[in-house]
Amino acid sequence: MSPFHTLNPTEARLEGSGVAARALRALERAIDRACGERDNPLRQLGGLGFYLFWLIALTGGYLYIFYDTSVAGAHASVEQLTHGQRWVGGVMRSLHRYASDAFVAVIVLHLVRELAYGRYRGFRWYSWVSGVPTLWLAVAAGVIGYWLVWDSVALFVATATTEWFGALPGFGPALVRNFISEGAVSDRLFSLVVFLHIGVPLVLLLVMWAHVQRLTRPQTGASRAVALWTLAALSLLSLALPAVSQPPAELDWLPATLPLDWFYLAPLTAIYAATPALVWIVATGLTLLLAVAPWLGPLRRPAPAVVDPDHCNGCTRCFADCPYAAIAMAPHPGGRGQIAVVDADRCASCGICAGACPSSVPFRAGERLVSGIDLPGSTVGDLREALDAALRAPHGQGALVVFTCQRGAGLGPAPGRGLVVLGLPCAGMLPPTFIEYALRGGASGVVVAACPPSDCEFRFGARWTGERLAGEREPRLRRGVERERVEVLQAAREERAALRAGIEAFRARLGAPQQETSTEVSDG
Amino acid sequence: MGNAVLRYGGQGILYALFAVFVGYFSSSPVYHHLGPDEGLLRLSFRHPGEFVTDCRSRSPEELAKLPPQLRAQMDCPRERSPVRVRVELDGKVLYDEVFPPAGLRRDGAASGYRRLEIPAGEHALRVQFNDDIRVKGFNYEGDRKLNVVPGQVVLIDFNADQGGVVIR
Repeated sequence: MSPFHTLNPTEARLEGSGVAARALRALERAIDRACGERDNPLRQLGGLGFYLFWLIALTGGYLYIFYDTSVAGAHASVEQLTHGQRWVGGVMRSLHRYASDAFVAVIVLHLVRELAYGRYRGFRWYSWVSGVPTLWLAVAAGVIGYWLVWDSVALFVATATTEWFGALPGFGPALVRNFISEGAVSDRLFSLVVFLHIGVPLVLLLVMWAHVQRLTRPQTGASRAVALWTLAALSLLSLALPAVSQPPAELDWLPATLPLDWFYLAPLTAIYAATPALVWIVATGLTLLLAVAPWLGPLRRPAPAVVDPDHCNGCTRCFADCPYAAIAMAPHPGGRGQIAVVDADRCASCGICAGACPSSVPFRAGERLVSGIDLPGSTVGDLREALDAALRAPHGQGALVVFTCQRGAGLGPAPGRGLVVLGLPCAGMLPPTFIEYALRGGASGVVVAACPPSDCEFRFGARWTGERLAGEREPRLRRGVERERVEVLQAAREERAALRAGIEAFRARLGAPQQETSTEVSDG
Repeated sequence: MGNAVLRYGGQGILYALFAVFVGYFSSSPVYHHLGPDEGLLRLSFRHPGEFVTDCRSRSPEELAKLPPQLRAQMDCPRERSPVRVRVELDGKVLYDEVFPPAGLRRDGAASGYRRLEIPAGEHALRVQFNDDIRVKGFNYEGDRKLNVVPGQVVLIDFNADQGGVVIR
């Protein structure tokens, strides 16, 4: 297959093109219509998780002011918060509860989405593995929170948790005595539980911080619209269905039915449906499976970007544009300033760095175009040769040149008449000078077919491309280029028809000739 | 205008569905921990059994073989007895188990935990403990007539200072 093929990910059988991914993408596109791509909550689940974390912390901080850490006072203080200050404490308590539930739902959705899209392997292994502990920590923090209310649900949760941990060799059956024997439940125990309820979320925050360390400009918050809608929805829920306590815990009493929070407490009910040991085996097994998932099965990982010391001038553009913090700057071995250094383990092989490099200029003299940083196997030198060959071919002159993202719509194995189509790993790999080069080489016009920015497989490819062509980001498209002969189209992988329609509309505006045969650069 | 209404309406429906989802599973469906006419019987104890062997006086020859700093006159092995527990409810044996002492040298306390749903109503509960392997049968015993109401938790514990078997 040509490195510049024009297939979409499904046709190229890339990971993340399965049935689950297609269904999820269809759902996302449907929600796009209501929310817009920028404010689609499914497209910012990680950021929404951070937002909910801070909402939980803020409301929890308020509750802590009024909470009494004693056996006799715990339940009464929560009741006073709930009913005594209904419109502040009661709403804060309910928001704390529902934001916590939403937090678990968002974490699970985030995991399922990345799994369905195949975004957990290769260079993404670190982000995936560092996300696995957040599941345990989030649930642990929530379960401990239920102890604090010290009602009948709290007693059930405390005994069930200790029964579950009691099945482990290091803890033993005596652990549960902390909650069922006379005099065991003390004020000191409540101080410890409060300490855990604050300490575990702090560890969770540390893990969340580590989770985003391999991302440039990580999204650690929701967009304004998503934040406001979420807050409004949870606030209305808090008013309509306030979180309330059950009767105070009594060691010799257990109601037959309990209104449990299934987001957090479902695993505890499983120990009675099965056995504590079996739940440990399943939970540990699933966790290990998630942790090793990035290395299961064969992986076709393209070669990482390579720096050419003779052509790297240390400009730091690739360093600034890399979406995965895979590029660092170091002293140049030749003693002339700095040089980019690629961390191969982090490199996505998206080519955005090559698109940013000032050496990636096709007008440079020389038989072979060499860039300061490039993708082995699909270099900008290869791209220039492919473009030259296509424009020199019969019917090449006057054709419309289309640079497409191979993660987007593509134009398939038969792109169409009068088109020279070159697929790139990401639209961000396209140096803007190639547009001018194509126009000077005889193209009637140039189309850059990127993905919608929020759909970009490599996070910033579409955004950087748009900014470069608009002259807002280096390397800029030269002002002298005829803008009316350049069109940027955005099309997700399902939107090939829309892309074709956009190309035809552009061609009609250009008045470009309809040639009898196609000159696409694609071997399918 | 129409588009804006559709957009805001669509988002409102989306977030309302999410709120309903969160609100429902936050406390529903209710969990049936016990049957409507059931109570819970818990056996939970932590008790160090008696020492397996008595202390004895070392002979002068034995003392001479020991390093000077370890020449204690009395030799007191620390291994403890396992604890055997037998629980009968209405004449039917629920548990008859032996719980070993903790520790690599078996010198720690034995502990055990069992839970069992029992029907509400009147019951005769009999509990027997043996914490000394040199004693045949049981050296602690307790019984109680219970009138268990639905949801009641009956705890069987052991506290030597309170006379042994504790039924609460």
